Amino acid sequence: MTPQGTMPILAASDLRKSYGDFVALDGVSFQVRTGEFLSIIGPNGAGKTTLINVLTGLLRPNTGKVFFKDREITGIGPQRLAKLGIARSFQLVNIFPEFTVDEFLQVAIFSRQGKGTHFFTPRGRDHEVRNQAGDLARLFGLGEKRNIQAKNLPQGDKKLLDVASAFALQPEVILLDEPTSGVSTGDKNKVMEILLSASKKMGIQSIIQVEHDMDLVFSFSDRIIALHQGRILADSTPNEIKRNEEVVCTVLGQKECFQIFSDLFGKKGLADDGRNSQDR
Amino acid sequence: MAYVHMKNPKLWVFLAVTLFLLIMPRLGSQYLSYLLLTFLGYAVALLGVNLLFGIAGLLSFGHALFFALGAYTVAFLTTKFGVLHMEAILLIAIVAGVLLGAAIGAVCVRYIKIYFGLLTLAFGMLFYSFLLKFYYFTGGDEGMRVLRPYLLGMDLSAVPKMQFLLGKYYYYALAALAVASFAMWRIVSSPFGLCLMAIRDNPEKANYLGIDVRRYRWYAFIISGGYTAAGGVLLAPVLGQVDPTLTYWTHSGTLVFMILLGGFNTFFGPMLGAFLYIFLQDTVMSLIPYWRFVFGAMLAFIVIVAPGGVAGVIGSLWKKEAARDSARNNADPGSERSA
Repeated sequence: MTPQGTMPILAASDLRKSYGDFVALDGVSFQVRTGEFLSIIGPNGAGKTTLINVLTGLLRPNTGKVFFKDREITGIGPQRLAKLGIARSFQLVNIFPEFTVDEFLQVAIFSRQGKGTHFFTPRGRDHEVRNQAGDLARLFGLGEKRNIQAKNLPQGDKKLLDVASAFALQPEVILLDEPTSGVSTGDKNKVMEILLSASKKMGIQSIIQVEHDMDLVFSFSDRIIALHQGRILADSTPNEIKRNEEVVCTVLGQKECFQIFSDLFGKKGLADDGRNSQDR
Repeated sequence: MAYVHMKNPKLWVFLAVTLFLLIMPRLGSQYLSYLLLTFLGYAVALLGVNLLFGIAGLLSFGHALFFALGAYTVAFLTTKFGVLHMEAILLIAIVAGVLLGAAIGAVCVRYIKIYFGLLTLAFGMLFYSFLLKFYYFTGGDEGMRVLRPYLLGMDLSAVPKMQFLLGKYYYYALAALAVASFAMWRIVSSPFGLCLMAIRDNPEKANYLGIDVRRYRWYAFIISGGYTAAGGVLLAPVLGQVDPTLTYWTHSGTLVFMILLGGFNTFFGPMLGAFLYIFLQDTVMSLIPYWRFVFGAMLAFIVIVAPGGVAGVIGSLWKKEAARDSARNNADPGSERSA
């Protein structure tokens, strides 16, 4: 990523969201700065996906506000958000099953360029869009598969296609909900590198991702937010988060601390992170 | 390249069908040609209905409304307003279909699936009641007469009826179908068409790609309204008389049946469905009085066994054949190399 700027591009203030009695977000506030790669971590049910859904306007929070640059975008909905310059990919594969890779990327580009209401121009003759779709497919390693229907792609490629279509919108901010879930462990690093080089090429300002793989989180992020039971437990750089383990443990006591961190980082905890990663 | 084109079976079928439609009234019986004339009107209407169903994924059970709107427009303009030029009638009916489509569509596209279907059904039946009850205005259940329109400015009122219908009027309607098909082909192949298909397959994802799902559905509804009205216009002079059953819900069902029979996921499928429906109905009706029973069984059979309709079955047969062909072609160069 580019060196960190200071201007906040996306800001959340005091977001609360509950489903009946269950509180998914309990006063979440943070800012994302231009040029930042932010990872959101936390155990299942910590509110990560709810947070992404609120940030992308799919869900309206009970209270609290979301700002993009200086503009309030709380609950304005995904379509208007995409037009403003915020795109997302999904935890579960979310594709147009009948579309070929080419069509999939083209429809995103047409939408971005406002060509969706061109009623009579044959889309096949739009060489600009075709070339862009081709470049994008190659960037995501789908160059050889451009004529394959999305439903016939392997799981990892479906995921990449979903992400690639979000990139096709050339957003300023991109939110990725577990971009490497369903990707084989050996390919996860490759996927992350593709994402980073693609965002550099396409001028994407900030990336926010939800990710479970702690190796990826700690080696790629500029900043990490740890969510626990709808609250921000920690918000800092990877190094400080590691140090923070002790702080949290001191405050909460050893037993509960162990519980939280084993929820967060899997059974292994942070201290033996390096050793265990080689086993995989 | 030329060889590939020569082998393209779709092109041959297209040419054969075009030729058939062109020469049929000259060769076949008057009766069969008359059925073909009915087909032409329905074919234009189904292009519109299927933009909504096959491309945008919205199944309307009330599109007979627009069909009747077109047909009644011809009756009104020719008998009450003395507008006899077919081009003017078509234009006015399309504008009426577009305007009514915009109004009804604005309400209907707020809902999807069964709610959309039921809402369109409700509007269709509303229009039915209107035509039935405003007797003074619409002729009630007796309907209205349709006067013979001028074609391209030609007054053909002196020509005997069948000679008019199976002569100039047939080719006029055929040309209208050609123009309508070409325009719809362009719409389906446009970025707009791709966006509609994206909405059909996954509206949530389409929304996240910045596509205004509801607005695009509305556009599709409007276009389909115009097309269906145009289809009604083309059929009216063939019927000679329009009545409220044109907008009754069973007629909307007929439009859906035709599409399912032919196949909703191919461009020419609905037209094939209209053709098969009209000729099958004629045959079955002449054989047994319980033709609705036979058609009901047929519908069940299609939905269960061949959801892609007749065009879907033909398409999959073609694919198998093509796969066999390519397997043979791939085997050939290999054997040459090894030789």
